[in-house]
Amino acid sequence: MTTLHDRVRSSLYGARRWHPVEFIFWALALASFWLFPRHLLLMNEIAILALFALSLDLILGYAGIVSLGHAAFLGLGAYAAGLLAKHGIGDPLIGLLFAMIVSAVAGLLASPLVVKGNDLTRLMVTLGVALILHEVANSWASLTGGADGLQGITITPVLGLFQFDLFGKTAYLYSLSVVFVLFLVARRLVHSPFGLSLRAIRDNVLRASASGVPPSRRLAAIYTIAAAYAGAAGALMAQTTQFVSLDVLDFHRSADVMLVLIIGGPGYLYGGMIGAVVFKFLQDTIAAFTPQYWMFWIGLFLVLFVLKGRSLVHGGIASLLKHFPGLRMRKTP
Amino acid sequence: MLTILFDGIAYGMVLFVLACGLSVTMGLMNFVNLAHGAFAMLGGYIAVLLMQKAGAPFLLTLPAAFMGGAIVGLVLERLLYRPMYGKTHLDQVMFTIGIVFMAVAGADYLMGSSQQIIRLPSWLQGRFEIAGIGIGRYRLFVLCVCGLLAFSLQWGFTKTRFGSRLRASVDDARVARGLGIPVNRLFALTFAIGSGLAGLGGALGIELMGLDPSFPLKFMIYFLVVVTVGGTSTITGPFFAAMLLGVADVAGKYYVPEIGAFIIYVLMVVLLIARPEGLFARARS
Repeated sequence: MTTLHDRVRSSLYGARRWHPVEFIFWALALASFWLFPRHLLLMNEIAILALFALSLDLILGYAGIVSLGHAAFLGLGAYAAGLLAKHGIGDPLIGLLFAMIVSAVAGLLASPLVVKGNDLTRLMVTLGVALILHEVANSWASLTGGADGLQGITITPVLGLFQFDLFGKTAYLYSLSVVFVLFLVARRLVHSPFGLSLRAIRDNVLRASASGVPPSRRLAAIYTIAAAYAGAAGALMAQTTQFVSLDVLDFHRSADVMLVLIIGGPGYLYGGMIGAVVFKFLQDTIAAFTPQYWMFWIGLFLVLFVLKGRSLVHGGIASLLKHFPGLRMRKTP
Repeated sequence: MLTILFDGIAYGMVLFVLACGLSVTMGLMNFVNLAHGAFAMLGGYIAVLLMQKAGAPFLLTLPAAFMGGAIVGLVLERLLYRPMYGKTHLDQVMFTIGIVFMAVAGADYLMGSSQQIIRLPSWLQGRFEIAGIGIGRYRLFVLCVCGLLAFSLQWGFTKTRFGSRLRASVDDARVARGLGIPVNRLFALTFAIGSGLAGLGGALGIELMGLDPSFPLKFMIYFLVVVTVGGTSTITGPFFAAMLLGVADVAGKYYVPEIGAFIIYVLMVVLLIARPEGLFARARS
């Protein structure tokens, strides 16, 4: 016998169960290690970008917080992991944890600025925070190496067993594992009551607070978690390339990750991953024939995508799903 | 000390001319236009090209920069911006960042990535002293031009029929439309004027701020600060905000060069913490 309570429960938590497509997705991600052995470095970048986009998805797709400065946490994580490794502690997992903690603390500190205010103030505050960090990294050259970047990072083998190599074999598997584990956590998180309350806040703050959800605290919590995720992405970047430059804090990083998430579509966790694949593929193709001006093409792509493409792409997916109901990903309502 | 104040005010004046168009368009359509700096860059390059290639006198390039910005603004508003008004802020941000990227790469492709230099006419070069204050001739010129502009804008905004229609639309576009005010046309015109002013500011600012393809990105934050701090429903608000920013920036870079670049970012974040809701409250109510 199904009561109303059961039906509400199943509609709220239905998406918790794993869909076959999800298994295929991760199997493909792992299989590409053997399928494309010559592009492991690129795939490593894709995995890191996917994690970064996943972090943005947590705040943008689930909590509705727009951010123009998400690179702040990526850069912070990268510098944290890089500096730790430079000063003797080269273990990647410790570095990863350290970077996540540093970024999370920064996210927590920045969250009061972000939870208040409307879209415009959020855009500007996040942008401002990222710019301040960029300036700090630039000016504090004795610590960060300034414009020359942070050099002399040595990373010890993962778990003491797997040495990082030139072809990115260890790098890709390491990044992919981290992304997968963090994805599992994020997946559990967004389907928990906490995740549901975030969506309630995103859809209607007033109603959410009337039904007993404290918006500021929930938003601060997810912002902190997302910052930790971005920090993890930064740490992976620093560890697998063994180099950190000012570029990690650059404005274009924040803009890129937004584009990545918008391409894939926010609010169902896989958007960032799919977007990362498409974006890196685009970047690689365009950069192959016009390395200097690829910014122009990415700009054109952004403009066209927002003007027309979004309905095209997402409409295309929707009509595809209509024809093949079996494929339907349980997108969050 | 007073020299720095003077320089700061001149700098702030240029910022005001650059950003006031943005504040009005932002208030009027609630549209986040991060690409405003691209119009300023366009004006700057028009001035540079006219002077270098055609040998035009400096004074003549200023109206040309204004017209260039205005015409391109008008065309882009019609073709590209209009469909964006109804969309979310996120879409608007993505869209205008795309335009900025295109402008930056396009300028790089067409003009090269180096800093542009212009030769000012001899009567604008050098500086003189009054009562111990060193006054750059060019800065005085900028001050006069921008001051005149600010006054005429303020007059146009408060005293003319166009101005009162504009204010009505900023306060409440729906009611204004209901009263028969052609809000869309009004907006197109305002957008064109704002872009033109940005172009003019870009041309005037070459000497003070420099001009290279990264201009729209570098100064985006300045424009946003002016708009955020100054509010969107008056001319005087952005004006004083621009003054404050100009003086703070110049003084900061002069007295504490190591941390000079932080000052405006910190200023902005502090102001946003102090008044997180109030800054845009008027435009949205």
